[in-house]
Amino acid sequence: MRRGLHPVVMIGLVIAAALFGRVLPTWTLSLATVAASNALIALGIVVLARTGNVSFGQGLFFAAGGYGVALIANSSGITDAVLQVLIGAICGGLLGLVIGPLIARYTGIFFGMLTLALSMVLYGALLKTSALGGSDGFNVGRPSLFGMVFTDTREADFMLYAVSVVTTGLAGIAATILFRSELGLASLAVRENNLRVEYLGLSANRIVTINFVIAAVFAGASGAFALMAQRHIDPQFAYWTTSGEFVFVAVLAGYQSVAAVFVASMALELVRSFSNLYLPNTWQLVLGVFLLSVILFLPRGIGSLWIRDRHRKNDPPRTAITDGAAP
Amino acid sequence: MNLLLTIIVDGLIEASWLFIVALGLTLVFGVLKILNIAHGSFYALGAYVAATIVTLATAKGLPPALGFVAMLLAAAFVASVVGLMLERGLLKMFYGRDEVVLLLVTYAVFLLLEDLTKLIWGVNPIYATQPYDLFGNVSFGKLYYVGYDLVLIPIAILSGVAVWFGLNRTVTGKIVSAVIHDEEMSASMGVKVKRVYAFAFAFGVLLAAFAGALTAPKISVQPGLSSDVIILSFAIVVIGGLGSVEGAAVGAILVGLARAACVHLLPQAELFTIYLIMAAVLMFRPEGLFQRETARRI
Repeated sequence: MRRGLHPVVMIGLVIAAALFGRVLPTWTLSLATVAASNALIALGIVVLARTGNVSFGQGLFFAAGGYGVALIANSSGITDAVLQVLIGAICGGLLGLVIGPLIARYTGIFFGMLTLALSMVLYGALLKTSALGGSDGFNVGRPSLFGMVFTDTREADFMLYAVSVVTTGLAGIAATILFRSELGLASLAVRENNLRVEYLGLSANRIVTINFVIAAVFAGASGAFALMAQRHIDPQFAYWTTSGEFVFVAVLAGYQSVAAVFVASMALELVRSFSNLYLPNTWQLVLGVFLLSVILFLPRGIGSLWIRDRHRKNDPPRTAITDGAAP
Repeated sequence: MNLLLTIIVDGLIEASWLFIVALGLTLVFGVLKILNIAHGSFYALGAYVAATIVTLATAKGLPPALGFVAMLLAAAFVASVVGLMLERGLLKMFYGRDEVVLLLVTYAVFLLLEDLTKLIWGVNPIYATQPYDLFGNVSFGKLYYVGYDLVLIPIAILSGVAVWFGLNRTVTGKIVSAVIHDEEMSASMGVKVKRVYAFAFAFGVLLAAFAGALTAPKISVQPGLSSDVIILSFAIVVIGGLGSVEGAAVGAILVGLARAACVHLLPQAELFTIYLIMAAVLMFRPEGLFQRETARRI
């Protein structure tokens, strides 16, 4: 990744992307907000996938962030969008800190299953907790920003768009720095062979845990965005098909590039809204075909379209975003 | 006392059809090393086909018993054909990829089948309750049970024994075990591995559809069935150990009893408990209760 952009240039790009929302039509604005929010959580999955583990239960942290923000907003009246994102990230991160060390021992399919099981535990619990609205969930108020209250929907949509794009952009920059760092490279080594990493004197569990917590923080923040965009929360946040969709974005993106995650997330949202428009009853069908084609024809994700050559020299051909840690 | 008996009988009824679904899932994983998310869709497919056949049979005035047999056969047939087409037409393109990638492939298949069933059968629930009265009612002391529910238990036991016998006591079973153990070696010994794969996948699908057909008279057949069932059968096979027949049986009984106990004692905790058991088993025995640990290459 030596030829990557300088962080300052990237910050410039993020601000440009946020301001670009001024000229976008309203329907694209909410679409882009969802895409940015999904990109954030998928980015977490990609961060984690670099250690060879795919989480099928990011819905756990997504829901933790969403419910945490919603409960705090309703009880203490915090409506500031930036604060809400922070609260979401903290909720996700705290839960990640509890679960991460327990789960770091597992690899491959067991890791996936365990994360899925934990998210379903939360789903099952939320479904039957009548204090939290049970399966119907509950509503929250419209977010504000730095004391400004937005009554115009267009302005409110733009505010949310700007906050989500900036947050996701900053997370993307952080991830890029992480990927180039010692920890990021060690994560790739864990994916190759976790036992050898241990022999070299690094703790593979620790590396997985740190990446796991980062993914949980991203997922929690993403949950906060989903809450602000829908102004409603229900247990579906933690359901396994929700988590499946995030893995979908991550697979679409591949693990090599941060930019690919944004492109993939946007592509998915576009496919979704267009198939909603033209093929209203078959969007899952479209999604399935889309996923199969990507796995078949772009096994390394969308990212491989533009960074194929750089990796060919020093990276043996891999088959997927993870390509199992265990040989 | 009565409550305990109710929980046990309800639990076993629940366990019986869950076991048949999980058996197919665990078999497919054992042979093909695919954790098939689309397995629940085949269960739903079986239920839909069964419901259609029952409705047809009733409209034609066939005796319910005949309709019952017809629905089981039709569901098994349709599903195995679809399963075979899927394995030969799609899954084989992805063999050799990582387990997690195969999981995603089956997730895509799940999405496809979900919409296809909606396109064919619509989104409204379908009822096929006629065969449910076939076996009358049975009473245990003060408890009354629908005979149909109780018949599920011997059917499940028979299926389990048949699969166990087939795997452990027949030549075909030995060949399948050889492929499970070492695919490359069996291929060099002249085993047609591709054929074993196709057969095992189709058979796993058949089991799922069979269970779907069996339960169709008990439930309202509607979209969403597949994701509920797959999530339960996942828990079962993970608890028992992926790829193990005995494990699937123990897992199914555990999950069935846990569900029944929760329904009677603490209805809020149903899904929660099952997944808590699954998480606990994974924490302490990640390979599942009935799976030997395997050495790994460094």
